[in-house]
Amino acid sequence: MSLLDVRDLSVVFQRRGERPFTAVDKVSFTVEPGQTVGLVGESGCGKSVTSLAIMGLLPKRGNKVTGEVLFEGTDLLKLRPDDMRDRRGREISMIFQDPLSSLNPVIPIGIQVAEVLERHQGRDRKQALRESRELLDAVGIPDPQRRLTEYPHQISGGMRQRALIAIALACKPRLLIADEPTTALDVTIQAQILTLLKQLVDETGTALVMITHDLGVVAGLCDTVNVLYGGKVVERERRHELFAHARHPYTHGLLNSVPRLDSPRGERLHAIRGSVADNIPWVEGCAFAPRCDNVVDACLEGPPPLEPTATGGDLRCNNPVSEEVAVR
Amino acid sequence: MTEQTEPLIELRDVKVHFPIKSGLLFDRTVGYVYAVDGVSLSIRKGETYGLVGESGCGKSTLGRGLLRLVEPTEGEIIFDGTDVRSLKGEAMRRARRRMQMIFQDPLSSLDPRQSVESLLVEGLKAHGLADDKAETNRRLRETLEAVGLPASSLSKYPHEFSGGQRQRIGIARALVLNPDLIVADEPVSALDVSIQAQVLNLLEDLQNERGLTYLIIAHDLAVVRHIADTVGVMYLGGLVEEASSDDLYREPMHPYTRALMSAVPVPDPLVEDRRERILLAGDLPSPTNPPSGCRFHTRCPWAQPTRCADERPQLRDVVGGHRVACHFAEDIASGKIRPHEVEVELVRPTDGTGPVDPPGELIPTP
Repeated sequence: MSLLDVRDLSVVFQRRGERPFTAVDKVSFTVEPGQTVGLVGESGCGKSVTSLAIMGLLPKRGNKVTGEVLFEGTDLLKLRPDDMRDRRGREISMIFQDPLSSLNPVIPIGIQVAEVLERHQGRDRKQALRESRELLDAVGIPDPQRRLTEYPHQISGGMRQRALIAIALACKPRLLIADEPTTALDVTIQAQILTLLKQLVDETGTALVMITHDLGVVAGLCDTVNVLYGGKVVERERRHELFAHARHPYTHGLLNSVPRLDSPRGERLHAIRGSVADNIPWVEGCAFAPRCDNVVDACLEGPPPLEPTATGGDLRCNNPVSEEVAVR
Repeated sequence: MTEQTEPLIELRDVKVHFPIKSGLLFDRTVGYVYAVDGVSLSIRKGETYGLVGESGCGKSTLGRGLLRLVEPTEGEIIFDGTDVRSLKGEAMRRARRRMQMIFQDPLSSLDPRQSVESLLVEGLKAHGLADDKAETNRRLRETLEAVGLPASSLSKYPHEFSGGQRQRIGIARALVLNPDLIVADEPVSALDVSIQAQVLNLLEDLQNERGLTYLIIAHDLAVVRHIADTVGVMYLGGLVEEASSDDLYREPMHPYTRALMSAVPVPDPLVEDRRERILLAGDLPSPTNPPSGCRFHTRCPWAQPTRCADERPQLRDVVGGHRVACHFAEDIASGKIRPHEVEVELVRPTDGTGPVDPPGELIPTP
């Protein structure tokens, strides 16, 4: 049994007087224990909404979540709010993009870490603070004793993200969801945080769902990668396969359009034309069709199905890029 | 390709220091933020100069200082033969037509209540170039076409465009005055990956068509590598390395550049699995109280007990135009000096001038 099995998850936002908007459209993927899975896509592809739906953190009103999120066989979407609260932070936890806005500015860091241990593991304040110090030490925060009494504004962005990781891993969860954990950080700090995450995941056996727009981050970290476009998974592949032979024109285009540090200079970038706003609803055809170079008639007649490929992945495309065409 | 042309702009030992004021009744200057602390560089006509560095290194302040959007504290800025800092009033205003800026966030740098036409005409009017209506109209349409927007955009407002299109408007606004130099501060970092490529291609095309000179400021090394002819790397207010883009990426010589390059993720698992990361310890020190000697010695894995802590290295030509500000650049390149462990020093995001709370006391000072 998979650790996390997301089946046909859909999130529809509905406001009175407006047309409903499908942010996540029947997304399915699985996460095995100890595995690192990537959800990749540009803004508006539904990657963050997917993670919020899994964690049960979407607002109560104004949206409809359907499908199943099976965590070790239990459907998280059917849990009562109380039961979900018991699991959140203990079995599944999450790290967000902006560490400053996810920490409470008026509570010392030590107490914010200790809180999790008190809530889920019934520790008293003293014991919890002692463990918090060890946790801060484990995520590489210098002089952890002193950090316990300090406030978020007193430490740097990288340190805040480390503190957030300490909070997320306090109860040794089996699944960690990281939503753009390094996007707000500088590259050298990003390298520190990614190395730390990799090391912690290896040590504790926690499974990791990595949500990012940065293909470079995925390349070094994830076992399996799900590429999202317009709320649907368009390609799923193991890391090496995906980067060597991206079959979906979107993935292929994305890989070709990023300037790379190790590519020869002065080459023109192969941009994908148009923008994310130029998509068509999936019911009418492939959402990527208006921007696609490989478009065929079938693309505009209905949504292409997600079909297994010879290499063990899945692909949603009528006219994929040939396997011989390597990425750049 | 542009080896022989003369420099369009030259900076000599430019410094931008911001005073930190404190006091209830009388503002006392209690210290300075040394945002840019002695930068010399020159950009030739038609060249693209890329300035990279992490947040807080002073790269944006340098770009703004160059246009006198912030007033430099010291140094000379020679633009086409004249020192921009000596220009006053009307003369400065006229000089500004020739140097334009593109900002990072296209939404907040465009007035939401101005139509595209009014945004573009504003600059022309300011420089007395909008007297002939038909001619102005032709110029606007031409500029929009150059940046790939339809002429119908003129009557629209910024919110009606996508992020990439807004950035095109920002570019058009700079372009319409027919400038010689364009300073672009993080021109693509607010855009989606697939849109970044479009805007980068556009910037390159415009340069080829109009012979523009660019100063591109960015934190993304891959972007700078792609577009720049010459790259300067900044750390804590100073240039630490400068070389042609190819040389710099082939063989970075300053320890900071090496760490920076090894930290950039490459979208290729084969590269990622093999590569060795140089992880820097800790954070960027505060620019109010920069380390003595080499600014980087507190985090440098190659730091030596002699010189590094007490003598500030100057940019010097190490091999064929490759300038490095490191005492031991040659020894590091040849492998004579090996990297070692660095103890993490704690860095405060606050100004660092006031006393630090002793541990255990949580009473905030009013």
